This record gives sequence, C-alpha cells and structure tokens, in this order.
Amino acid sequence: MDFGLSDEQRLLDDTVRRFLAERLPLARVRALRDAGSPFDREAWKELAALGVVGCLVPESFGGAGLGVLDAAVIATAFGHGASPLPFLGPCVLAPLLLRELGSPEQQQAWLPRLASGEARLAVAAAERVERRQDAGVREAGGRLDGVALFVIDGGAADAFLVPRGDDLWLVPRGAPGLEVLPLPTLDATRSLVELRLHAVAPAERLGPAGGAGAALDRAIDVARALLAADLLGCCDRALALAVAYAMQRKQFERPIASFQAVKHLCAEMAAAIEPARALVWYAAHAFDALQGEAALDAALAKSHLAEVGTFVVRTATEVHGGIGFTDACDLHFWFKRVALSRQLLGGPTRLRTRAAELQGWAS
Amino acid sequence: MDLRYGPEYEKFRAELRAFLAEQRPRAPRAGFGEGLLTDTQLAPWQRLLIERGYAARTIPQAYGGGGFAPDPLIAAIIAEEFRAAGVPGPASGQGIDMLVPTLLEHGTEEQKRRWIPPTVRAELIWCQGYSEPGAGSDLASLTTAGRVEGDTVVINGQKIWTSTAHVAKLMFGLVRTEPEAKKHAGISYLLIPMDTPGIEVRPLRTMTGYAEFNEVFFTDVRVPLANLVGKRGEGWKIANTTLRHERDMLGSASTSESLFHGLVKALREEPVDGRRALDDPNLRDQLAAIQARTLAMRCHAMRLLTARARGESPGVAGLVTKLNGCQLNHDLAGLAIDGAGEVGALSRDAARARDGGRWHFHWMFQLGLIIGGGTAQIQKNIIAERGLGMPREPK
Repeated sequence: MDFGLSDEQRLLDDTVRRFLAERLPLARVRALRDAGSPFDREAWKELAALGVVGCLVPESFGGAGLGVLDAAVIATAFGHGASPLPFLGPCVLAPLLLRELGSPEQQQAWLPRLASGEARLAVAAAERVERRQDAGVREAGGRLDGVALFVIDGGAADAFLVPRGDDLWLVPRGAPGLEVLPLPTLDATRSLVELRLHAVAPAERLGPAGGAGAALDRAIDVARALLAADLLGCCDRALALAVAYAMQRKQFERPIASFQAVKHLCAEMAAAIEPARALVWYAAHAFDALQGEAALDAALAKSHLAEVGTFVVRTATEVHGGIGFTDACDLHFWFKRVALSRQLLGGPTRLRTRAAELQGWAS
Repeated sequence: MDLRYGPEYEKFRAELRAFLAEQRPRAPRAGFGEGLLTDTQLAPWQRLLIERGYAARTIPQAYGGGGFAPDPLIAAIIAEEFRAAGVPGPASGQGIDMLVPTLLEHGTEEQKRRWIPPTVRAELIWCQGYSEPGAGSDLASLTTAGRVEGDTVVINGQKIWTSTAHVAKLMFGLVRTEPEAKKHAGISYLLIPMDTPGIEVRPLRTMTGYAEFNEVFFTDVRVPLANLVGKRGEGWKIANTTLRHERDMLGSASTSESLFHGLVKALREEPVDGRRALDDPNLRDQLAAIQARTLAMRCHAMRLLTARARGESPGVAGLVTKLNGCQLNHDLAGLAIDGAGEVGALSRDAARARDGGRWHFHWMFQLGLIIGGGTAQIQKNIIAERGLGMPREPK
C-alpha cells in the first residue's frame, strides 16, 4: 500500500512548475491577456518537447504514455502557474477519444501530431453534460447544424471533435459553414470558443455510428478529475500568496501574519486543501487502477474541489485586504481560473446529482 | 501510488478475517455514552488479541506485547478488519495510547515492568489528569499542587474533563511540584492510584445527558515520590511527547466512514410523505457533498499512513486531521438529524426516536471533541505556526 506521488511524479511536478514559472511568469500571462490571446506558440512547442503535451498519448505513437495520475500532477502544476497553454482539449479529451474510438488510420494521423504539439484538437463536450441557451447540434443528410458552446482550448485548435448524440464527428477549423467565435470568460488564462455550424460536412467520424457515447462520458469524467487537480493547484498558489503577503504586510507595527484573525483564515485554507489533495490523487488514480468507481470519484472530487477552491480564493483575497481587490495584485488570476473551472463540465450541484445517480440514491 | 497491500499483507488479512469470523460471537459489544466497555468486559478479549498478535503488537515482549517492529500497514489492516467485522478492536484508551508510549520513552525499568503489562492487557484502566478549571488551552498554567515531603508527594487541587476517572484504577497527571519555577518548568508527571484517600470523583454530566467525563478533587492525597515519571519539573516536556497522539486519535476517518454509512441507511429508511427522506433531491445534494468530505478524509488518512511508512514528514497535512475530522463528524450527525425532521429532535427516550438517540449523541459529543483535546482555535494556531510558518502572537 503506497498512497502518494512517486519520485517520478514529483520530478514531473517540479519540471512543469519550473517551466511555467520561468517561461510563463504571471507578467507574461498578463501580457497575453492584454493582447487578447492567451496562446503562446513557442512555449507550447517547448512544453511538447518536455513530453507534457503528449502525456496521455501512447508511447507507440510518440507520446509519453503516462497515466491519469501523472496528468493530474501536470494539471495541478498548470493551476498553480495559471498556465495560459491549452491542456484539456489537445492533451486529454482528444487523445483519450482517439485512443478509444479512432481507427488505426485516424490514430496514426492524429496521435503523433498531438504528442508533438503540431496538431491541436478541441472537443465540444459541454452539451454532453448540459445544454445552455440555444446550444445543440443536429444532423440532417450528413450535414451538421447548430451551436456548440464552451469548447475548451478552442482558441488555438485547428480541428474540433463535435458530438451529435452518440456520434462523434471531426470538423476541421476551416470547414465551410463552420464559424469559430471566441467566448471570453472571467478567466483570461484559457480560451473557450463557440462553434456555429451551418450545414457543415464533417470530415470523418470517430468510432461506429451511435457508438461514441460511453467513450465521451469516460473522457469527460477524466477531464473532471483533472479540473479538480487544476483547482487544487490554484488553491496551493492562492494560499502561498496569502501567507507570503501576510508575512510582509505590516499594520499596527507588526506583520498581519501574527494576528490570529489572519492566521486562522490561512489555517482554514490549509485544512481544507490537504484532504482535498488526497482526494484529487485518489480520483485520478481511480482511472489508472479502480475503473469501477472512477466516474463517482471524479464527480465527488470535482464538486468538492469546486467548493474548496471557491472558499480558498475568496479567503486568500480577504487576507490580502484592499490590495487583493486590485488588478495589480496577481491573485485574481487564480480567483477567476477557479471561477471558470468550477462551472466547466458540470458545476458542483450537477456533479453531486450525478454522484447520487451513480449510487442509485434516487428511487 | 498502489493501493494493493501485497501478498504478505493479504495473507495477514486473510488470517485475521478467519479469526474474526470464528471469534465474532464471543466478542464484547461496544456502546456509546455511558455504555463504554469496562475492564472486565474487555480484558479477556484483549488477552486473546495480544496472544494472536492483533493487539499490543509493537510493545516489547518483556512488557507483555508482541515485540513486532512498527508497521503502519499492518496497523491499518487490523483497524480496517475489526471495523468491517463490527467487533471491538485492540483496546484503546488513554492508558494504552498515551501512558504506555510515555513510559516506554521516559519511565524507569521498574515502572515499565510494573505498569505496562497490565495496561496493555486492558486490566488497568487509566485516566488522564491534565486539564483544570483554570487551565484549559493554557494548560501550563495548571495549579494542582504536588508538594514534595521526603519520599511522598502531597496533592491538592482539582482536575476536570477526566474521562474514565470513575472506572480508572490510576491517573497519570500533571502537578506543580516547584511553585517557584517558571510556568512550564514547575510541572511534574505523576502516577496516582485512584483509591488513595483524599480523592473524590464526581461525574460531570454533559449536554448529551450522559456523564462521559468527571471532575476529580484532591485533598492531601499522598503518593510515593517513586511514582514520578522522568525528573521533577520535566512533566511538561514529557506530557507533550504524547499529546500529539491524542490529536491523531480524534477525528479518525474510520469514525467518519461509519457515521456516513449509518447516515445513508437512516435517510433510506426514514419515511417522509410516504416516501424516503433520500427521495428529497436537496438532501441527496447535501449527502453527496458530505460523502466527498468523508472520502477526502479517508484518502488523507491513507496519505498520512504512507508518509509514516516511507519515513517522510507529512508537513502541514499532518496537522489538520482533528480540525477537519471532528467538524465532519458533527456535520454527519447533523445531516442525519435534519433528514429526520421533527423525528430527529425527539428525546432518546421517546418511543418514536430513531437509532436510540445515537445521532443526537454524536452530534453533541463531536461538538465536545471540536473543543476538547485542543480547541479548534488552538488547532488553527498550530496549523498556521508550525505548518505555514506564521509568527506567534506577540506577548
């Protein structure tokens, strides 16, 4: 019995954190935000060279062939660094779907290019969870029509995997009839898009007709566990920023970190974060070793981390006092990253409903 | 990460399961409130467990234990299997969990040989005499006097929150032997037979309606100086080596898991409007939220167990168990009460009460534990100061 990260996983964590801190410090993240495009092509190539982009691509296709817990280590480092690089689309959802549904030709065509970072796929997965506003994709005569919202990592994607019912279609970015519209969110570090499809002829289908549903749901479950991991990284950073600020900020002739009112806020954050860390590891590990309960663990982990994350970033802001409310203070980048992650692929209420359903609580 | 235990551990588990299946009918039943097990109920069972290597495993054989090297995984398997079987596990309590480690570290050879064997056999029940009416969070300000007269210590004063004092044969306690010394330096660690003349034990009835605690009054109580553990004036240091054990005992994941399973069962069985309480989607939402917290604490316990087995420091994670666990247990019981509505507010004597008032008991008792063994606020100071490196409040 060994419940913890391996030396390799600690090294991976350290590598990704160091890469983000050096290559994409918050000043750079700010500059990308101000430029209105979070995608840094050069950094992306370097990240691919580290083997991170192809973490879930099998080694036989040029990837690192890592497990979901390894991916969770990366996601936590991404949250910690407020990484502006894509992850869930091209590094998680797309390779998982290609691994499970792709024909040998499709795998050969996409997986090596996903691993190298040359190709970036995004998956229109939001409607598989819930349809907001006018969202929904229809098919008639082999053509796709409709709207897909909240496509994660869509900004830098050169093709999209678009579900229609239990079918999964591949639609290149330049396909006639496809409009890709930016969908700006609170979080400036990730790019979501809206797809508008007008009689789009999809390039090809992944998996058999009507046979992609289960794979889509599994991939979404994995993405939830990794969103929980990203939230954990945001919590770590927010607490570290709060403690560091409290140590240097003086009021009443002493550091505010020496006031119990401030210390207790920090202690409450740490007390919430540490068990949540163990839950994230467990939920990610479940996909590697305990598949039977992985969907439930992902729902519990993501809903819990959404609550812990919300508590931590608002409390960390409070520890900062007035400065925490300003744009000049970096903290709000994590506040807003948490705010978006909380909603993606199922907010806490939706996921607790799913947990109840998975356990047969509802009669 | 590997949650499998490996063949040698699974063999140990299989043997333990077979033992439990065979012995289950003979095992004593655990209760709550005043229904705690006494030494006469427990001792024969404990003796059997020691014989089979399931209790007192790591205590040296010379002092009545198994003499095995500490193995956190074996300890976890033992805890898991006894819990799963619903059978009282290795005896626990302040004697076994706090006094024995203290004696092993600080006791004389004679003290070890005299006190450890009957204690681990659960024949000697101990109580802990630390807290006083005027010394709670600021424990070092205790004033119970231990005046040294030749080879005798004469005790005068009062202890409070002394669980099991009414059944204990001995107390390990802190008394002030050097009234002139500084606060922390004047305290000694003393073993006090509870049948010594001058000791009065008064049950302390709590909000639960039970008397889980006592007050103990000392009037010219004479105890041999040889009962001092460690040197005079070193009691504070000695007591602190084992106070950590208490914090880890409170808020264990096993308690939370068993409360959670009971909670799901209660919500399935409680009828409301001809349906089950669990058919209320709002309750299901709260149930899933608290399930996530419970699972997180189970994972947290596995993480700490691994850190111990690897010989690594768990850092701040090692300081948050009590704060989280006791609050979680309080909330689990509170949700069971909410699920039952007015039925949840019935007195435990009422014929319509559910589960014999179990949920009320846990709800209130866990609130007591949020306060006891180091209040939540003291825990937060410890987390912030030792875990996060924040400075102490200036004096």
